Amino acid sequence: MVDRDPAPDFVRAGGTGADVLGAGSAQVIPLPGRERQSRSVAEPHDAEVLAMPAVRKARIEPEPDPLTRALEFVHNRLTGNYDVDEFGFDEELTESLVLPVLRVLYDKWFRVTTYGDENLPADGGALLVFNHSGTIPLDALMASVAVHEASGRHARHLAADLVFKLPFVGPFARKVGHTLACNADAERLLNDGELVGVFPEGFKGIGKPFSSRYKLQRFGRGGFVAAALRSGVPIVPCAIVGAEEIYPKIGDIKPLARLLGLPYFPVTPLFPLLGPLGAIPLPTKWHIEFGDPVRTDAMQVDVDDPMAVFTVADQVRETIQRMLYARLAERGGVFR
Amino acid sequence: MPSNIVLVTGVGGELGGKLLVRLGSNPDFERVIGVDTVPPPPRVAARLGRAEFVRADIRNPLIAKIISTARVDTVVHASTTAHPAGPARRGAIKEMNVIGTMRLLAACQRSLLVRKLVVKSTAAVYGTGSRSPAVFDEEAPLRPPSPTGYVADAVEVEGYVRGLQRRRPDIEVTVARFTNLIGPQVDTVTTRYFALPVVPTILGYDARIQLVHSADALSVLELATVADKPGVFNVGGDGVLTLSQAIRRAGRVELPLPKGLLPSIGKVLRGAKVVDFSHDRLQMLQHGLVVDTTRLKREFGYVPRWSTLEAFDDYVQGRGLRPVVDGGAVSESLSRVALAAARRR
Repeated sequence: MVDRDPAPDFVRAGGTGADVLGAGSAQVIPLPGRERQSRSVAEPHDAEVLAMPAVRKARIEPEPDPLTRALEFVHNRLTGNYDVDEFGFDEELTESLVLPVLRVLYDKWFRVTTYGDENLPADGGALLVFNHSGTIPLDALMASVAVHEASGRHARHLAADLVFKLPFVGPFARKVGHTLACNADAERLLNDGELVGVFPEGFKGIGKPFSSRYKLQRFGRGGFVAAALRSGVPIVPCAIVGAEEIYPKIGDIKPLARLLGLPYFPVTPLFPLLGPLGAIPLPTKWHIEFGDPVRTDAMQVDVDDPMAVFTVADQVRETIQRMLYARLAERGGVFR
Repeated sequence: MPSNIVLVTGVGGELGGKLLVRLGSNPDFERVIGVDTVPPPPRVAARLGRAEFVRADIRNPLIAKIISTARVDTVVHASTTAHPAGPARRGAIKEMNVIGTMRLLAACQRSLLVRKLVVKSTAAVYGTGSRSPAVFDEEAPLRPPSPTGYVADAVEVEGYVRGLQRRRPDIEVTVARFTNLIGPQVDTVTTRYFALPVVPTILGYDARIQLVHSADALSVLELATVADKPGVFNVGGDGVLTLSQAIRRAGRVELPLPKGLLPSIGKVLRGAKVVDFSHDRLQMLQHGLVVDTTRLKREFGYVPRWSTLEAFDDYVQGRGLRPVVDGGAVSESLSRVALAAARRR
């Protein structure tokens, strides 16, 4: 009520002024007139003055301008006033800083198109199984953006221990919500109702030579299936097309890799030939498809039967391979 | 059969001393005896009430005599230290931890009246590294980060406790694995670390830390003594802080240093008797350690009253840590400048 009161007052005052102006009198008249009017109704005038800031605040609060938001973010960062979950996921940092930057790469550089967004559950846990490629795990980061765009939820990827061993990379991975690929963490996340992303091919997939692009590698030990079965969450097979060509790996300098403690040291047509310039990923056009979920709660599979677990893993693997081939057949070219 | 005559070790320490006072004021116990090589701190000693203090060394055979003559039925072993406050003689602490525990448990095994044992342990026993899960539950294997550190002692101590359980299955054993203790009056390596004006950290790493308030730790030990709650329990506050976040909350200056440099910096700080940078601590600062406290809440029946964040803030306020860099003031002046610039435009 207080908010609404001054508005008619203003309209009335403005109206009077306009009328006076319209009457062709001297321009000085409206001001004393307005003053007199408000002085004659002293109580409403007071109310009006009090109400003004409230009106302004009410207008700003729902939609803070970018500057206010940025300043609030900086304030929270400087005073340590933010929440981190037990895995080290920093939601505020991810949403305010990391995702916007990645989204530029996602929209402008790789021009990602997603399919089957409706296959991502709106709530509850699910295990997303992706193919892995591209020498550097940019596909995992783009998958995070794709999942966030499609469902508004954060993908919690499971990453290799190497990631957490590397300085800067390890804490960054934790802050954007990734954790170690182990059954304990996977089940904890799934039971918490999170979307968990796995790349079961691991280094065999991401570091495969360009000649074997889009050929799915062996799916590890199938631990991801066991985790999904124990938590009773659906498995969503997902295919990423386009990441294979960002760094066509045509060679591998093994001694250098051993020296640096890395699984491989890639040679692409441009890297290390062009130095840091060669490390810019090729601007391929990406397609990310979320397939039909495989329900595990209705499955009559014994988790302690490795054969049955492997069967499910192979089934998921074949689905992803099929999705990859279908998308490849459909795409117009690598770069468009 | 409820506990009647209680023996508490390590009452010279902060936690042990307070526990002695708490148990001493409990009318359900006939006798409460505290032992240590040093007397409880003066402000604890003044409130002892019915509790008794016996100056005895648990490494000495005398402890067996105390247990048998006083007809002790419950032993609370709170003297183990995995995070000694400052640099101390490594050998002395190891001996106190390991040999002391061996002697004490040997005495417990001998005395047929002993029916309950409560052991204060540390969550550091899980070890931590790039290959360990983000959250440890009680079933996780124990992997000391170094074969000779304090954490290795704690693992050894737990080994002896399991040995006693095997030989005397009638004794009910509660093992509480505490995360880093914090609170205004706590003096451990953690509290000293965050009190440094410039806090050295490892470049390129930002560990998750979980803390438990000393009041919660005290309540857990007290509850384990008063009621029968056998088992192994992780004890830690809800939620985590990252190291950099904690440093900013305390208004300290973070100084990231390459990992190779830290041991030498640690030696300087050790020499200046400020804080101890052991290999175990470095491992903690690099990867952090978080435990699952579901079992504590469900089976043990205790929900920590302080979250990690609240416990840390209480420590900062209680210690009266004046910020070296006031993040709030910095951001305030920054926003004043930015808003003024925006208004001009």
